[in-house]
Amino acid sequence: MNRNMILGGGLSALMISGALLSLVWTPYDVALLDIPNKLQTPDAQNLLGTDHFGRDILSMIMAGARTSLGVALLAVAIGLAFGIPLGLLAAARKGSWLDELIMRGNDVVFAFPLLAMAILITAVFGPSALNAIIAFGIFNIPVFARTVRGGALSLWEREFIMAARVAGKSSIRISFEHILPNIVNLLIVQGTIQFALGIQVEAALSFVGLGVQPPVPSLGRMLADAQTLVILAPHLAIFPGLAIILIVLGLNLFGDGLRDWLDPRLRMARS
Amino acid sequence: MLRYALKRFLSLVLSLAVASLIIFFVIEIAPGDPATFMLGINAQEDTVAALREELGLNGTKLSRYLSWVSGMLTGDFGTSYTYRTPVAQMVADRLKVSLPLAIFGLLLSVLIGIPAGIYAATRRGKGGDIAVMGATQLGVAVPNFWFAMMLVLLFAIKLRWFGAGGFPGWDKGFWVCLHALTLPAICLALPQAAILARVMRSSLLDVLGEDFMRTARAKGLTHLQAVWRHGVRNAFIPVLTIIGLQIAFLLAGAIIIEQVFYLPGLGRLIFQSINARDLIVVESVVMLLVFSVIVVNFLVDLAYAAVDPRLRSRE
Amino acid sequence: MSLLSIKNLTLSIHGIPILRDVELAIAPGEIVAVTGESGSGKSMTALAVMQLLPQGAEIAGQIHLSDEDILAAGEDRMCALRGNDVGMVFQEPMTALNPVKTIGDQVAETILLHGAMDRAAAMDRAREVLARVGLPENRFPLTRYPHELSGGQRQRVVIAMAIALRPKLLIADEPTTALDVTTQAQILELLTGLVREFGMGMLMITHDLAVVAEMADRITVMRHGEVVEQGSTGDLLTNMQHPYTKMLFQASGHKVVLPAPPPPAPLLDVANVVREYRLPRTRLFSRPEYFRAVNHVSLVINRGERVGLVGESGCGKSTLTRAILGLEDVQGGHIRLDGEPVFSGQSPNLSVRRKMQVVFQDPFGSFNPRHKVERLITESFHLLDNPPRGAARQDAVAEALTAVGLSPDDAQKYVHEFSGGQRQRIAIARALIIRPELILFDEAVSALDVSVRAQVLDLLADLCRAYSLTYLFISHDLSVVRTVTDRVIVMQSGEVVEEGVTEQVFANPKHPYTRKLIAAAPVLPELGVVG
Repeated sequence: MNRNMILGGGLSALMISGALLSLVWTPYDVALLDIPNKLQTPDAQNLLGTDHFGRDILSMIMAGARTSLGVALLAVAIGLAFGIPLGLLAAARKGSWLDELIMRGNDVVFAFPLLAMAILITAVFGPSALNAIIAFGIFNIPVFARTVRGGALSLWEREFIMAARVAGKSSIRISFEHILPNIVNLLIVQGTIQFALGIQVEAALSFVGLGVQPPVPSLGRMLADAQTLVILAPHLAIFPGLAIILIVLGLNLFGDGLRDWLDPRLRMARS
Repeated sequence: MLRYALKRFLSLVLSLAVASLIIFFVIEIAPGDPATFMLGINAQEDTVAALREELGLNGTKLSRYLSWVSGMLTGDFGTSYTYRTPVAQMVADRLKVSLPLAIFGLLLSVLIGIPAGIYAATRRGKGGDIAVMGATQLGVAVPNFWFAMMLVLLFAIKLRWFGAGGFPGWDKGFWVCLHALTLPAICLALPQAAILARVMRSSLLDVLGEDFMRTARAKGLTHLQAVWRHGVRNAFIPVLTIIGLQIAFLLAGAIIIEQVFYLPGLGRLIFQSINARDLIVVESVVMLLVFSVIVVNFLVDLAYAAVDPRLRSRE
Repeated sequence: MSLLSIKNLTLSIHGIPILRDVELAIAPGEIVAVTGESGSGKSMTALAVMQLLPQGAEIAGQIHLSDEDILAAGEDRMCALRGNDVGMVFQEPMTALNPVKTIGDQVAETILLHGAMDRAAAMDRAREVLARVGLPENRFPLTRYPHELSGGQRQRVVIAMAIALRPKLLIADEPTTALDVTTQAQILELLTGLVREFGMGMLMITHDLAVVAEMADRITVMRHGEVVEQGSTGDLLTNMQHPYTKMLFQASGHKVVLPAPPPPAPLLDVANVVREYRLPRTRLFSRPEYFRAVNHVSLVINRGERVGLVGESGCGKSTLTRAILGLEDVQGGHIRLDGEPVFSGQSPNLSVRRKMQVVFQDPFGSFNPRHKVERLITESFHLLDNPPRGAARQDAVAEALTAVGLSPDDAQKYVHEFSGGQRQRIAIARALIIRPELILFDEAVSALDVSVRAQVLDLLADLCRAYSLTYLFISHDLSVVRTVTDRVIVMQSGEVVEEGVTEQVFANPKHPYTRKLIAAAPVLPELGVVG
């Protein structure tokens, strides 16, 4: 364990448990409108103030973070579900037409900026949180496929894989029995980074109206609502933004620390 | 070298073809008929049919795809359903804001990120390195549109150094426009500069561990001389990849930042078009974004060959 | 007055002791070889002279170059000395040069850095020096990049950079370890010639005792960071004092006695095999060109026979090995084991696979680090129709481990708990456990220190007696092949140039290439010590 891991892990654990707590308890009901009490600055009643409908910002951030985390998590899951088999297959059939096809396909998907993908999907299906998930999920597929292929290719050169081939095991079996367990580290690190990116993607897409739609609270939606009121009530923008920063910072620090911790070269230098 | 360039170019054409197919057919499955949408539910059937004809919505999918592509090759992107003006003209007008913004942002991110990364690598583990790395962690975590809102609050509302948004137009003079784009470009550059600094640092640290760096020291070069003469150029190869990838993020980022600063760029156009279901504009803008990413990656591939002689002679 | 004098040199890195009380002296024009096994501290001694030690190094004692105190010299002064008064040549020529700069620029850089010369004069000087090390400009223009040169040629460029300013001292750290034996001979000859011509002193770091014996004027033997013995080459070779020195020299020339092979009965039949790789096209629409790595190779291995396969890098022996293992298809001819083809497309033919096992070079890379020894060595049970289960499985594991000199308890450990030599024993256990008809040893002892290598060779001879093994022993090391094989096959550029009974081939090589190979290999002199 290193400093980044502890700091980042602690920070993200704190933010994530706040979001999970909103499943059972929030200081105020986020569905309850209290117009007379709108745009309150932070005080003892509302620790982070209230929004233009008089909703409690702290409660909104807790519930909104849950949505944002959910979007990011599902998108990472999509990326893993498709990226791992594609990457393993490409590496197992290195140099074949199948490998070429998978990698060219990856390149084409990669050429679509995330926003362009979200715009396309929204143009067809209309805006929703699901679009943000699908767009970022598709974006994640080549990311993970490349990570897996890269890690797998260097393993295929290793002699213990040759030994497994001499033992008569098929390349599919070797991929799952020897390759995958040895690249799990890479995937955890990349997954953490993509997860953190997902929080930002949700915020950006919801901010421009391509993601989560009202009345579902999300960190990006809160910032979108705050934009027109930011001069009048800066706290509407400041607190959700800080929440995003803390979650992303925590996850990235954790990912960095994890990478250093798992890196065998660095570990050898330590011992 | 020529072979390498030619091969990259062929792969560029292939990627563009596949990407255009994907965009066209995704737009095809969009529900609703543009002609009906434009004329309203109660329009006469023959009026709708006439408009369909005018918009080129009849014919097989393949023939319409081909005419869309051949149109784009001659600079004809079709006619907007809602504005009834050529899409090419509308996009070109908006690009006058978005493109300079993206380039401004890229310049800033390279000018900040690369030196910061080199500095951090040469000071590895010391105070300067830790400070730069801490700043980059923060830079990566801050959403740029949120940062934009904060800058507007501080510099436009409180200090009144900049306008809160809007764009005067290039006919009002270069410096006025540059001034208007400064805050947006800073917001755009911030996370990218942070990423560049991190990549530059780690790439340079990798190179510093190479055998040829030790050879350089054995010649009598000082540590810094060795870093500059032998390290930086080798370390730049992975950094180029990242700069290439950043173009996509910068263009997309520009579209979002424009919303905060009320800039009349591509962003405004595209969100209006989505709401108006003006799919031909959406289609063209998406194609433009993809086109620029693919072309930039092609240029990055050529730049590799300039930096790395191994690529020049292979293939 | 000696050129280099090291006294009481003690070094630790991050608190871990590396060197203790090292003493060493080199006179002008003298070649001093420092030798020892891995971990002896020989390379760190060289880096200490250059003051290029890793971070966290703490150093005490004295190092004098001429009359200059190196340990008292500041970093500025060291930069002036490096390249000018001391040149250094490294082990790995493939990575020792900057890939994005031309060889001319890289050699001229040393000259420009220290000499009061303009660029044109420096390039002229670089041209001369490169010609002196065997890279004349008409064949190797200064504008070449490192990747356009072979390993031996690159090492010549590194040498040119080191001697461009005729330093007083040249340090060579395993300069030929990464090179083929014929290239090694040329580089050693070049280095010796330069030392004699310029009157330089040379500090030569090498683990190869045959090289040491051939070229050094004086020898220093190190172990665990300490000098155990030193003396002039003649004295030391005839009158070794320290038991470690004796052990080291005996292990280097270690010979084993194999049981006589049974009468010939063919097991592996390689007939007219061709293996080609497609090359990247030179023109966009030209027909693809092929590189023929193995060109019409035929060979037979009989049951109970131990066959050696030797050749330099790129001769096709690794390609042939993969083809025999059935990992890749061949483009011509056939490979049959016991009458059955070894390659059967994507899905392996288990009945052939179970008759053949392999032991690889790298004792660190050939095991999945996440599995315990038991699982590692039983992986090939997968090939059996009725793999042993329960107690029978335990017995099989225990027997295999015992056979290679390990304990049955080791089955529950992970490979990182073992040393390099022990890992190679585990690799042999893995190959033995299903009692294959044929084992391929692919450079199986090349990465081991000489003392460990001697033990593994003994193990091999024991196993031959106990299990009457049949094997193909692929190696670049002629002295090892000579002692562990009955018959030897010599490959060059994808073809078999000579084959015959091992002793006969070595004693009386027929083909010019075989003669060249044997002549190039440094030989240990007969030692006066026994036991």
